[in-house]
Amino acid sequence: MAFVSSGYNPAKPMENRITDIGPRHFSEFLPPVIAKNKGKWLWHEIVEPGLLMHKAEGGDEVYTVRCGGARLMSVGHVRALCAIADKFCGGHLRFTTRNNIEFMVETLEEAKKLKEYLNAQKFDGGSHKFPVGGTGAGITNIVHTQGWVHCHTPATDASGTVKVVLDELFEEFGQMRMPAQVRISMACCLNMCGAVHCSDIAILGYHRKPPIIDHEWLDNLCEIPLAVAACPVGAIRPTKKEIVTEKGETKTVNTVAIKNERCMFCGNCYTMCPSLPLSDQTGDGLVIMAGGKVSNRISNPKFSKVVVAFIPNEPPRWPTLAKTIRQIVEAYASDARKYERVGDWAERIGWERFFEKTGLEFSEHMIDDFRDPAYYTWRQTTNFKF
Amino acid sequence: MAKHATPMLDQLQSGPWPSFVSDIKEEAERRHKNVGNVEFQIPVDVCDDLLGILELSYKDGTTHWKHGGIVGVFGYGGGVIGRYCDQPEKFPGVAHFHTMRVNQPNGKYYTTEFLGKLCDLWEMRGSGLTNFHGATGDIVLLGTTTPQLEEIFHELTHNMNTDLGGSGSNLRTPACCLGESRCEWACYDTQELCYQMTLEYQDELHRPAFPYKFKFKFDGCPNGCVASIARSDMSFIGTWRDDIRIDQEAVAAYIGGEIQPNGGAHSGKDWGAFDIEKEVINLCPTECMWMEDGKLMINNRECTRCMHCLNVMPRALRIGNDRGLSILVGAKAPILDGAQMGSLLVPFIKVEEPYDAIKELIEGIWEWWMEEGKNRERLGELIKRQGLAKAISAVGLTPVPQHVMEPRHNPYIFWKEEDVEGGWDRDIADYRKHHQR
Repeated sequence: MAFVSSGYNPAKPMENRITDIGPRHFSEFLPPVIAKNKGKWLWHEIVEPGLLMHKAEGGDEVYTVRCGGARLMSVGHVRALCAIADKFCGGHLRFTTRNNIEFMVETLEEAKKLKEYLNAQKFDGGSHKFPVGGTGAGITNIVHTQGWVHCHTPATDASGTVKVVLDELFEEFGQMRMPAQVRISMACCLNMCGAVHCSDIAILGYHRKPPIIDHEWLDNLCEIPLAVAACPVGAIRPTKKEIVTEKGETKTVNTVAIKNERCMFCGNCYTMCPSLPLSDQTGDGLVIMAGGKVSNRISNPKFSKVVVAFIPNEPPRWPTLAKTIRQIVEAYASDARKYERVGDWAERIGWERFFEKTGLEFSEHMIDDFRDPAYYTWRQTTNFKF
Repeated sequence: MAKHATPMLDQLQSGPWPSFVSDIKEEAERRHKNVGNVEFQIPVDVCDDLLGILELSYKDGTTHWKHGGIVGVFGYGGGVIGRYCDQPEKFPGVAHFHTMRVNQPNGKYYTTEFLGKLCDLWEMRGSGLTNFHGATGDIVLLGTTTPQLEEIFHELTHNMNTDLGGSGSNLRTPACCLGESRCEWACYDTQELCYQMTLEYQDELHRPAFPYKFKFKFDGCPNGCVASIARSDMSFIGTWRDDIRIDQEAVAAYIGGEIQPNGGAHSGKDWGAFDIEKEVINLCPTECMWMEDGKLMINNRECTRCMHCLNVMPRALRIGNDRGLSILVGAKAPILDGAQMGSLLVPFIKVEEPYDAIKELIEGIWEWWMEEGKNRERLGELIKRQGLAKAISAVGLTPVPQHVMEPRHNPYIFWKEEDVEGGWDRDIADYRKHHQR
C-alpha cells in the first residue's frame, strides 16, 4: 500500500488550491430529451408500476424506469448502475430525493425491456439489485440515516431496520394499491436527520436510560455550559464532585449532575459532550410515529405523531418492528379513502379509531407533556368516539 | 474468505430488498481480488472491518464509533465528518472512517463518465462505500483516513471540477426537486435557482460563520418533492397567482373514462370508475370548483393552490402562467425546542435572474439571525424567541393575514411606545390629580 500523491503538496498546502467552485452545473448531465424539453412538459402518466411517461409540448416523450436503491452502496454497485445506463440510456441516470434510481429512455419498448432486465438482477444472497417500482400509490423507498454504520449517537441501526421493513413490505414497492403513496422514514436518534417528523409512518431510534457520566474526563473534554444548555428540559446542572480516578487518585472536579427523573433520554447532551454516553443494549429501541406529510395536497403539511412508545431492538431481523409496520399499513390500506394519506385518514376517523383499527396499544407515553403546547394536543371537546 | 464471521448480518442477505450486506461483501471481495491492480490508499480490508464492527454492534446493541471527530481540508471549516472506531485493535481497517460530503449536481442527474471517475477516485483513496445520497443532498463518500482527505479534495477540484458540500454551523448543501427538467408542475427552474444560490454563497457554505446550521431547499410546487417545508430553514416553494388552465376536452375525456385519474397512480386496486364530483370537486379544500354544463369551473380567487385537482387530472389542468415562489422559514427537527415546519414569510415573489430580490430576502434573514441568534439556535427557534413579526420586518415586509393560520387568542399584545399616543413616560403625580389614593 504505497502512498500515491494526487499532486497535492503538503509542504505548501495553499499552493494550487482550488476552492469555492461548488457542484457541477446540472445541464452537463441531462439526457438529450430532457435538455431539449426542459420547462416544456405537458403531462405525465404512470404506465405501470415503476414506469413513468412524460409528454412534452412538441410531442416528445421520455420514459422513466425507477428502481430501488439501498442508499448505502459500493462503488461496484454504482458501476453496475453505470453499466446499465451505458447499455440502455446513453450513459445517463439520476437519483431521486428518496434515493431510488431512475433510468430514462425514449420509447415504451425500451423501457419495458429495461424494467425486465433490472428486475432480473440479483445479489448472490438472492436479494434484488434493482427492483422496479416506487411510483404512484404504493410504498416507496425509506429515507434513512447512518445508524451503527457510521454515527456515534444512534439508538438503533438504520440500514438493518430499513432492509427488514422493505423486505416485509416488498410487494407494495412494485404495486400501486394503497389509498395514496406511503412515505416511510427512519432515523436512528431524535436528531431526526431526514424526514421522520413528517412521514406517513416513521421509525425512530430511542433511548430509555439517562446518560452515564464520565466525571473524570468531563471537564477536560466538554464545554460544560454547552452540555447544560443542550438539555431541552433543564435536567442538567454544573457541579463539583469528589471522585476517585481510574488510577486511584482522589480529586475534586468540575462536572455535571443530571436529575434522572427529569431526563427523557434525548441524547443531545452527549452530542455536545463526549463524557455523557447513554446508549444501552436493552434500554435502546424504537418509537413508531405516523400521520405526517410534507405536501400541501388537500390538507396542510402535518407532523407525524407517536403511536408506539417502544419496540425493542431485535437485530438482525427486528421481527416486532416488521410486524407492527405491517399492521399499520394493512389497517390503513383497508380502511382509508382514495387519496387519503395516513394522517388524513387518522384525523378523519379520530386517533381513538386509529388505535382501535391498527390494534396498537395506547399508553401515557403518547400524551404530550412538553411545555405549553402540550395542552393543545389534549381533547378540549366532548366530541369523541367510544 | 471473509475476515470476520458475521452470522447476524448474514441474515440480512436474504429477502427481496437490495441487501446492503451483500453489496458490502461483494466490495470487500473485489478489494481482495483487486483485478484492476488499484494502489489502495487505505486498508484493503476496510469493508471487512466495517462489517466486523457492525456485526459487533448487532451483537451488543450499541454503536462502536467514538464521539465526534474534527478533520477537514485547509481553507474550509466543514465538509468532512471525522469518525474513529472505538475498537481500533480489533478493527484497524476502520480506525479512521471519515465521511466526505461532495456537492451533488442539482436534481441528481449524472453521466456515467462522472460517476465512473468518482468511483475510480474513491476506490483508490477511500473505502469504496458511499451513500447515494445524504438526506441533505450530498454525495456521501463513506470511510477514509485523514491523510487522504487533502488528496481526495485535490483530485475532486482539479480533475472533476467538483467541490465539497457543507457541514457544521454554516449554509449546508442546498438541494431541489427535479423541477422543470421532467415535471409539468414546476413553477420555476428549481435546479438553476438552487445552483445559483449554492454558487453565490460558497463562502457561507465552506466556512462556518453562523450561530448554527442553515439549509436551503427548492421545491417547484406545493407537492414538496424535496420536502423543503420540513427540512430547510429557508424553504422556496413554487406557485402561481393567476388562473389554473383548463382543457375542457381533456376534462370530458377524464369523465368519459378515457384517461386514468392521477396518471394511473391507483391502478393497482379497483376504486371504481373516475367520479369527478367525488374525487375532485368534493375534495377541493376550499370548495371553489363546480361543474356547469359538463364543464369544470374554478373560482381561482378562492383556490389555495394545494395541487389536488392538478394531481388528479394532469392532462386537463395546468399551473397558471404568472409564476413565482413562496418563502417559508424556520423548519427544523425537534432539538431543542420542538420540531418546526416552515412558516410563510414571503407569499409570492417572481423568480428572475440574477435573483437579486431573493438574495436580499436571504441576506435580510441572515443579518438578523447572525446578530441575534444564540449559540446553536436554529432560525426557527429565534423566530419563536423574538417573534414572527421580527422575521417579517427583517426582510422589509409588513404583516398580512397570510402570515398566520389564525390570529392570536391570548391578548398579551405588545405595542411599541411610538405607536401609543403620549408615549410611556408618565408621572404618578398627574395620575393622582384625578385619582385619590
